[in-house]
Amino acid sequence: MIPVCRVGDLPPGEAVRVDADPPVAVFNVDGEFYAIDDTCTHQDASLADGWLDGCSVECPLHASCFDLRTGKPSAPPAKKPVRTHRVSVADGVIVLWPGETPDGAA
Amino acid sequence: MTRTVAVVGASLAGLSAGRALREQGFDGRVLLIGDEVHAPYDRPPLSKGFLDGGSARDDLDLAREDDAALGFEWLLGQRAVALDPRGQSLRLADGREIRADGIVLATGARARRLPGLGPPGPGDRSGVHVLRTLDDAVALRSDLRPGRRLVVIGAGFIGAEVASTARGLGLDVTVVEALPVPLAGPLGPEMGRVCAALHADHGTRLLAGTGVAGLDGDGHVTGVRLLDGRSLPADVVLVGIGAQPNVEWLAGSGLDLSGGIATDARGAASIPGVVAAGDCAAPWSETAGRHVRFEHWTGALEQPSAAVAALLGADAAAAPGVPYFWSDQYGVRIQFAGTRGPDDKLRVVDGDVAARSFLAVYEREDVPVAVLGMNQSRLFARWRRQLRTAPAR
Repeated sequence: MIPVCRVGDLPPGEAVRVDADPPVAVFNVDGEFYAIDDTCTHQDASLADGWLDGCSVECPLHASCFDLRTGKPSAPPAKKPVRTHRVSVADGVIVLWPGETPDGAA
Repeated sequence: MTRTVAVVGASLAGLSAGRALREQGFDGRVLLIGDEVHAPYDRPPLSKGFLDGGSARDDLDLAREDDAALGFEWLLGQRAVALDPRGQSLRLADGREIRADGIVLATGARARRLPGLGPPGPGDRSGVHVLRTLDDAVALRSDLRPGRRLVVIGAGFIGAEVASTARGLGLDVTVVEALPVPLAGPLGPEMGRVCAALHADHGTRLLAGTGVAGLDGDGHVTGVRLLDGRSLPADVVLVGIGAQPNVEWLAGSGLDLSGGIATDARGAASIPGVVAAGDCAAPWSETAGRHVRFEHWTGALEQPSAAVAALLGADAAAAPGVPYFWSDQYGVRIQFAGTRGPDDKLRVVDGDVAARSFLAVYEREDVPVAVLGMNQSRLFARWRRQLRTAPAR
């Protein structure tokens, strides 16, 4: 597990890149936290730099969209999903569990 | 009777048109006709990750698993040579006649060659390359060996990216550019200079403001002669002087081909039942007051949806009109969106030009019309979004 930051440091609509191996992007969607692999599966770009629209993030380079809940691409050019990871909150700190399946994920 | 739509061109625009046909409910036959033998592939990595060996052929595939369910009929390695003036049939190079109820023209563009060097053929000097197709990239890659001397003719984005990749592979690289400032057209002289400085940062020689007189060498290229009298020794030459639309085959169709295939804002050509999208198309621009042809990857991805809607008679609006392109050079990501005019004022709003990490905005009458980012993806994404949602100018 990796502590990411305090809850207050990641406001709704924002994202942070975590230097895991491989890097992970953690998003705050209206108070819910989601984590996916940070690197777009199409070409090298950081999804934490992307545009957040609901539960979807748009890659800043080519506008591929990924569903934060499933990691699946919803708009081309990406064709492979990104991995999703479990995020929890403990004592006001966001905690990332790289490689662990998110709670309630299909 | 089953209706048929023939899509001519099987790269990003053609594939996107095929997908759009299905998304918009067309359940007839969709033919995808491509003159290359390869299934659709992504071209931008050809000058970057594919050229340096970092990514493989499979990584370039554009088709997704779920495309198989769309039931396309592929005619690859087949060149269309004529469109009948009523837009009801095509002729292929092998003489076959293809009848269709609708036609999408997505034949793209090809690399421009040096005047006087003629089309490629058995008589070409070896070691001289252009870069547009997968086959071009494979041929160029095999010539990019450490220690060799590469001369790149043209300091546009393709030239700059190949120079960057070749430096990374350990070649000695010189870039020759006819204009005094590279990229001054799309970016303006000030930012053109900033981008051009990346070459010197990384040990590439840039000779700007001089044209090329000719190439030396029998059989294999040995050098490049410049108009100013200098001569540059070369083992490998890349000609990166732009692209021209693949529209000559339409000469007998009656379409207006003066600057690409002229269409309305959505992509409808002057023949009913014929639309065009991507690099070969010149859609009407209300803001510019003329037909404008862009050679942008994003256009090839996004335009087909509106063109297909026009073809199917749907009442959809024109594609969003903020041009966007990017370039990766020497580990620096350059992104540009919007349309720059000669009198726009340039303002650096964040970062540091000297550190190669900044965001610059082009303003016309104090309104942002274009934005350039260097290693500022996150900020750039926000500005680009703002341009997209701003009222058109």
